[in-house]
Amino acid sequence: MGNPCAVIGIGQTHYTTKRRDVSIAGLVREAALRALQDAGLTWKDIDAVVIGKAPDLFEGVMMPEAYLADALGAAGKPMMRVHTAGSVGGSTALVGASLIQGGVHDRVLVVAFEKQSESNATWALSTHLPFSASLVVGAGGYFAPHIREYIRRSGAPEHIGHLVAVKDRRNALKNPYAHLRIPGIDRKMVESTPMLWEPIRYLDTCPSSDGACAMVLAAGDKLTASTPAWVLGTAMRSEPIFRAGRDTVNPQGGKDCAADVYRQAGITDPRREIDVAEVYVPFSWYEPMWLENLGFAAEGEGWKLTESGATALDGDIPWNASGGVLSSNPIGASGLIRFAEAALQVRGMAGEHQVDGARRALGHAYGGGAQFFAMWMVGSDRP
Amino acid sequence: MREIAVVAFAQTRHSATDQGQSEPELILPPLEEVREKTGLRTFGFTCSGSCDYLAGAPFSFVSALDALGAWPPISESHVEMDAAWALYEAWVRLQHGDVDSALVYGFGKSSQGDLREIMTLQLDPYYLAPLGLDQVSYAALQASAAKVDRARLDEIVRRSRADGRANPYALDLPDPGGDAFEVEPLRPYDIAPVTDGAAAVVLAAGDLARELCERPAWITGIAHRIEPHYLGMRDLARSASAAEAARAAGAGKGHVDVAELHTQFSHEEPILRQALELPESTIVNPSGGPLAANPVMATGLIRVGEAAQRILDGVAGRTVGHASSGPCLQHNLVTVMEA
Repeated sequence: MGNPCAVIGIGQTHYTTKRRDVSIAGLVREAALRALQDAGLTWKDIDAVVIGKAPDLFEGVMMPEAYLADALGAAGKPMMRVHTAGSVGGSTALVGASLIQGGVHDRVLVVAFEKQSESNATWALSTHLPFSASLVVGAGGYFAPHIREYIRRSGAPEHIGHLVAVKDRRNALKNPYAHLRIPGIDRKMVESTPMLWEPIRYLDTCPSSDGACAMVLAAGDKLTASTPAWVLGTAMRSEPIFRAGRDTVNPQGGKDCAADVYRQAGITDPRREIDVAEVYVPFSWYEPMWLENLGFAAEGEGWKLTESGATALDGDIPWNASGGVLSSNPIGASGLIRFAEAALQVRGMAGEHQVDGARRALGHAYGGGAQFFAMWMVGSDRP
Repeated sequence: MREIAVVAFAQTRHSATDQGQSEPELILPPLEEVREKTGLRTFGFTCSGSCDYLAGAPFSFVSALDALGAWPPISESHVEMDAAWALYEAWVRLQHGDVDSALVYGFGKSSQGDLREIMTLQLDPYYLAPLGLDQVSYAALQASAAKVDRARLDEIVRRSRADGRANPYALDLPDPGGDAFEVEPLRPYDIAPVTDGAAAVVLAAGDLARELCERPAWITGIAHRIEPHYLGMRDLARSASAAEAARAAGAGKGHVDVAELHTQFSHEEPILRQALELPESTIVNPSGGPLAANPVMATGLIRVGEAAQRILDGVAGRTVGHASSGPCLQHNLVTVMEA
């Protein structure tokens, strides 16, 4: 894992449907400045900048790191642009951490963003190469069959997804940065919304958000924050989208990635040893699916954990205390927000959605056809 | 820093026209070749570079995992940059000390679109892109600022194309000729040709590198720097970021026998030669360079690969591979390798 690394600053923008008041540069700079302020640093203290976002077609700017170098104070420094599909926010944090773990830099600014209002993500995702025509429209069209297969295999009752949709939105009411804030949300309200992709109803899916998230990462001997979040383990895994025999419902890549990160962090029983998890759940059913994939529940049992209330803010293993991707989804930033929220929890700085006494937290992101995984474990104690 | 070396390099026989191959089909042969050269079937880390805008569809890198046969799942990442930056990320990852090998690859099919127009979308979308300044036009601004004389530019193109004809992987392009300007002062032949292609490199650490090849190309320095995006903020006659990256990588600490420079326009060669402080005795772009084959997103990685290959082959002792990104050499990466 290399040299010790910690999160010393976090900055987020308020996630919303349209940020008409700022340019893309203004958006990323807002998050970056807040992260610097949290770390008590200025631009000149930063050695390198790593930026991540989902496909460039979302804003229509090709390789935007070139244009954003100025706004992120990167001129004269190394700057990198990461793109690993939906997991990119997580990967961006990991590439930034890697620069410190590898002993190359002392302080790295990582930033991820999406300004979805600049285009239409569903259609940007529905463009295919010649000769590989697909009838799938958007991410929901792709993932709905995987969810149906999960329900078939596990025998989960149909209301499980709605429970997650309600729980995460209730958490979002405690997070000032969350996009979807729906007072009084309940199962009935979710069930009354239109079916988009069977069994995904409108409120079972994530919003389209504008937003950016930034973090300052520092080497263990270059900390400025009194409450750092120590990086206890990092891992990425990828698998081929078209491999015959690949289990898209419970992907091997996710299991391997979790096993790797738990091994580094010394976790043998995630359900008991992890205090809070921020997991990439863009469609409500992905909570029970990932509970199993990440080893919090046995195969076929994830939905029971959700149903029991264990993953609620007052449960024994809160998932997505921030409201998660279901409440805020600037796609390219969504993974980094998971990683940042995990860090906020172990720093004790999550405000109203703080999980009492959180000492070890998991940050998770996935992307592509459930084939790219990025995870980290952070903790309040130096490893 | 941990000792890391390039131990294998492979590239496609690049093509000026669409040969009907998909991106995974393009990348498969170089991947097989570096696996064969090293005998490695699995790698501690894998990283690639590509650009969605060349394919005109999101996630152009996803299907490359099928070419890779990434099973069981692999530890892998991707940069939406030239694959030379993927090599940089892999080099950083190898510094952690827990893995000893990395596979790096990049690919691009620029024959599928109008590269000149596509590159315009890289500019600030609010203030620059709407001006319609395309890639060749802004390069021409830099060429004007650099004031390189025509005879020297012609000589650079003549030499690059001749070297390219001698390189089985580069395009066969005739000696430059004609008085027409593409965008003054650039003539059509000053511009790197539209090219489809791919390349792969294997990095290995310490003893594994020594085990895998007789003469590893040890990376003694690697660094990159970006500079302001706005052309008006820069002295276009110089490349401050290339100079700073070269200093950080220690390019000047010894004689550079061979330098492979990411020159997508002929006038970039003198600018980069000056930034890297290369003496007359340094051989530049013996492969023909990007002016003889420019598979965008792999071109920079090929510079590192070509520079490494001189060491692997025993014909050079110290070489430099350079990669560039952004309008008018905005972002530069310098890799110094030694036998």
